[in-house]
Amino acid sequence: MTQPIVIAGSGLAGYNLAREFRKLDRDAPLMILSRDAAGFYSKPMLSNALSGNRTAQSLVMKSADKMAGEVLATIRPQVEIASIDPANRIAVLTSGERIAYRDLVLAIGADPIRLPIAGDGASDILSVNDLDDFARFAAQLDGAKRVVVLGGGLIGCEFANDMLARGIAPTVIDIAAWPLGRLLPEAAASWFRQQLEAAGVTFRMKVSATSVERDGNAWRVTLDDGSILDADLVLSAVGLRPRTVLAGAAGLSVNRGIRVDRQLATSDAHIHAIGDCAEVEGLVLPFVMPIMHQARALAATLAGKPTPVAYPAMPVVVKTPACPTVVCPPAANAEGRWHILPAPDGEGSLGGGIEAQFLAADGTLLGFALLGAATARKQALTTQAPATLA
Amino acid sequence: MKTYQCIVCGFIYDEAAGLPEEGIAPGTRWDDIPADWACPDCGVAKADFEMVAI
Repeated sequence: MTQPIVIAGSGLAGYNLAREFRKLDRDAPLMILSRDAAGFYSKPMLSNALSGNRTAQSLVMKSADKMAGEVLATIRPQVEIASIDPANRIAVLTSGERIAYRDLVLAIGADPIRLPIAGDGASDILSVNDLDDFARFAAQLDGAKRVVVLGGGLIGCEFANDMLARGIAPTVIDIAAWPLGRLLPEAAASWFRQQLEAAGVTFRMKVSATSVERDGNAWRVTLDDGSILDADLVLSAVGLRPRTVLAGAAGLSVNRGIRVDRQLATSDAHIHAIGDCAEVEGLVLPFVMPIMHQARALAATLAGKPTPVAYPAMPVVVKTPACPTVVCPPAANAEGRWHILPAPDGEGSLGGGIEAQFLAADGTLLGFALLGAATARKQALTTQAPATLA
Repeated sequence: MKTYQCIVCGFIYDEAAGLPEEGIAPGTRWDDIPADWACPDCGVAKADFEMVAI
């Protein structure tokens, strides 16, 4: 009997690979392993669920049973791979069960980075990285008025904006000089900050939290400038670290993520990696659009037509309704500088938004950031921006 | 007028509002959007959208 293609992970990467694969191959057996209940939900929606009045339950678009029928797969919820035996193509679960595979796809995601913070409340700091995390977060948020968000990047700002819908006053802390520090030039970030502040978000930049102490049902967050913030909930959103331990222990090549080539193969030809755990030619891109390109390419490869992945320019939408934002960051090694253009709002001012272009010396567009009304320029600029992975 | 949601990223297409910034006029029915159109947020195909009740 043919061994199944085994997908480890039931997030966007795992399920979208299964969906894309079934468009090409209805027959090959497929198995999906999940650490949670394996319901299908969209992770990007976790950071704007509050304003949409969504609960952990209502975020689940399809149950594991429904997905099993849709992608014709055996779905195994609440299991975890303990080790992989690449030579014999066997995945061993923590229960000891051995699962033989034709091909194994690691779509196991990333762990939230935890900052080194002292105090008896440090272990109470929440991160929202999956649906179960969101359920805990939402439960603790009930009745909360003051929330401290560690991290002023994309996810931290999205959560802060989302909490406004619940009448919560969030304070965002970051050691960077301005929010979305890795995505926006300073002038654009200042405007972004003003919009979010006007909506009710407080920013404390160039500081970090040194300790979190319990204080009854609340927490006291001490910053490195000596100031203290009282909070009903402390949320950490300081980035993700690809899950590489399992792959590393199996002898696969890992770096920041699990290293894969353009066909998304690891150093073992029968093990692939996609999504937030994968490092594709040096790129770790924890966004939806790269995942979709990976899923389509790998689906074709697994269906018998070897297909390298390619990325076009992939703008990222920052879900902050207080300041609609789209960013298409320049490559890490891009040489050029940011130019700020006033938005075409007829006012000739920055009132309606900001268009920032990252240009090479010869004027070539290498990246951009659009805020407010300028987000209408997304399509026009995306067609001019360079491919992320040609 | 109906509303459709991208099952991948949650993007919502509202027929009444259209997507003027993508050249889709307000009132454009879902059926009249080209089949090769893709979700502006995550790039999934039109076929991957589902209708949601509002």
